[in-house]
Amino acid sequence: MSSVSSDSHTWNLVFLQLLLEEMGHEVINVGSCVPDELLIEECRRVQPDLVVVSSVNGHGALDGARAIRRLREQQDLRDLRVVIGGKLGVRGAEAGTYGPELMAAGFDAVFEDAAGVAEFRRYLAQSAIPALEPSAA
Amino acid sequence: MSALTAASTGSTAPLGPFAEAVAAAGRAGELVVQPRMGFADVPRMRQGLHAVKAARARTVGTLTIDSYTRVGDNESARRALIEGTDLNGYPIVAHGPATTRDLTSALMGDGFAVQVRHGSANPIGIIQALLDAGLDATEGGPISYCLPYSRTPIRHSVEAWARTCELLASRPGTHLESFGGCMLGQLCPPGLLVALSVLEGIFFKQYGLRSISLSYAQQTHHVQDVEALLALRTLAGEHLAGLDWHVVLYTYMGVFPRTTGGALGLLRDSARLAALTGTERMIVKTPAEAHRIPTIEDNIHALEEASAAAAAYRGQSPVVSDEFGVLGEARALVEAVLEIHPDTGRALTEAFRRGILDVPYCLHADNAQRSRSYIDGRGSLQWHTTGSMPIPALLAPGRAQLRADDLLGMLSYTQESFDRAALVAGDQRDGTAALPA
Ligand code: B12
Repeated sequence: MSSVSSDSHTWNLVFLQLLLEEMGHEVINVGSCVPDELLIEECRRVQPDLVVVSSVNGHGALDGARAIRRLREQQDLRDLRVVIGGKLGVRGAEAGTYGPELMAAGFDAVFEDAAGVAEFRRYLAQSAIPALEPSAA
Repeated sequence: MSALTAASTGSTAPLGPFAEAVAAAGRAGELVVQPRMGFADVPRMRQGLHAVKAARARTVGTLTIDSYTRVGDNESARRALIEGTDLNGYPIVAHGPATTRDLTSALMGDGFAVQVRHGSANPIGIIQALLDAGLDATEGGPISYCLPYSRTPIRHSVEAWARTCELLASRPGTHLESFGGCMLGQLCPPGLLVALSVLEGIFFKQYGLRSISLSYAQQTHHVQDVEALLALRTLAGEHLAGLDWHVVLYTYMGVFPRTTGGALGLLRDSARLAALTGTERMIVKTPAEAHRIPTIEDNIHALEEASAAAAAYRGQSPVVSDEFGVLGEARALVEAVLEIHPDTGRALTEAFRRGILDVPYCLHADNAQRSRSYIDGRGSLQWHTTGSMPIPALLAPGRAQLRADDLLGMLSYTQESFDRAALVAGDQRDGTAALPA
């Protein structure tokens, strides 16, 4: 899990980490303000089943598109599953969705803002992403 | 007003326009209100600053800087300007000092001034750009602009902020505000916020600044917040003697109410808090906060609303209590840090290394991450664990392991209380739509 290069918000990351861990996934939290090179390096090092990118500062659509293009330029990371979510632009719901353009740039799924959390849970449940035993409630 | 420590006018150095605007309002007994506002587009930024100056309130203006400039990626900011892409603030370095000077110089004077708010752990370029543009006031700090805003190691931020303070101090009349009273915006108990703000003030003083403001962000409980603001004044009086200083309150900085009524209720609550505690300046939030970047109109409306609410409480005194022990906690932290080393920068770096300062839920690699906080039955912020900090915790029962829903519940506590109050009062507007011009 990671933010994008210009975004320093971390509550979204803390929340998503807890959510994923409760669903039985092991999470490496790369943190905020992650340069594209660091994201690529971490993907190589960790070889994760899924990369979750989260951004809320309004630059997510810009930074996310750039980061995923760079990542997809790497032969070995072409098929890595990468999703993005959060508040991706600066004009809220008025701006419509960034989904199609981010999918075209190379993301496997896009989850916008709070409504995205339920969709994300369903997505995880449906995808064949290995989980450990979900932690006991 | 006897419980309040008066802001110091003990400085003999002449004040710059920003500090003078705040001092003049203080003499008139009025609260200065200020927006968080930044647009990449220069005509829009200009229109915004003019509107702030013309608002029916005692105001100062703001240039809020975009995230690319904050992290030093001026190349991306330039590209966005060329391509006309929206940014989340004003890219002061990419625009260059001549543009910024042209934007602000006609506005300065008659008690109006403009501050640059940026969130950068390595701000030399931004500081140079604002000084070159003829501006005199900004915000930050070696810790408060590092942990919430970057992955920069604390020791590098301390070094950069030392150079920054020296550069600012080399121009007479410059003013610097600590963001220490906000940090991550929510769930940090007030004792630590007050301590960080005071410690950064001491750091600024050490590096030559003569005009300083200390901040505090509204939290979850009015009486606890009153205690915190009075504690901040007491400690500022003790540590910043001989300087020009004042206190600035930020309207709630965490997850904001989604309804217009809830957002305005929270804003008015912060204005009341400022008025009762003799706080000189307040930075507002708008009903757009939970949804998107606020428009000019959102900001003007919020400034006028806050100003009117504060005026209604002018001259009244707060209920002064020591129920929450904020002063004692803040003092213990400040003293523990100052004891580490006579150089405040080294003391701060070492304090974080040892966990003597430890910001709850902060992922920064130099934060010990052993402290945790919660909202108690009264709605006040308390420590669940304090790690190596020299202050006690009040363990909450039945919360051994934090769960995602618990965290979201605490993060939404203020949002939900104010949204509920607005709905009960029959106000159905949600904050998503932009206000008409
Ligand atoms: C706290 C806060 C801060 C703190 C952050 C401290 C920290 N290190 O985290 C401080 C004060 C430092 C801060 C700074 C800034 N902030 Co801020 N901040 C907020 C605030 C008030 C709350 C965010 C929060 O804590 N949310 C709690 C978490 C749990 O929820 P969340 O982040 O909203 O995410 C939810 C969903 O989006 C979703 N989600 C998020 N990511 C993902 C990913 C996936 C895969 C999925 C499925 C779901 C998902 O899950 C979450 C739960 O529903 C919001 C406004 C608000 N919401 O009230 C503004 C806000 C996010 N900030 C904003 C901005 C612009 C900034 C600044 C650039 C300053 C500025 N110009 O105003 C700087 C950031 C600098 C930078 N380099 O990025 C804007 C973003 C605008 C936009 N997107 O249109 C907001 C919306 C405020 C506003 N209206 O202007 N901020």
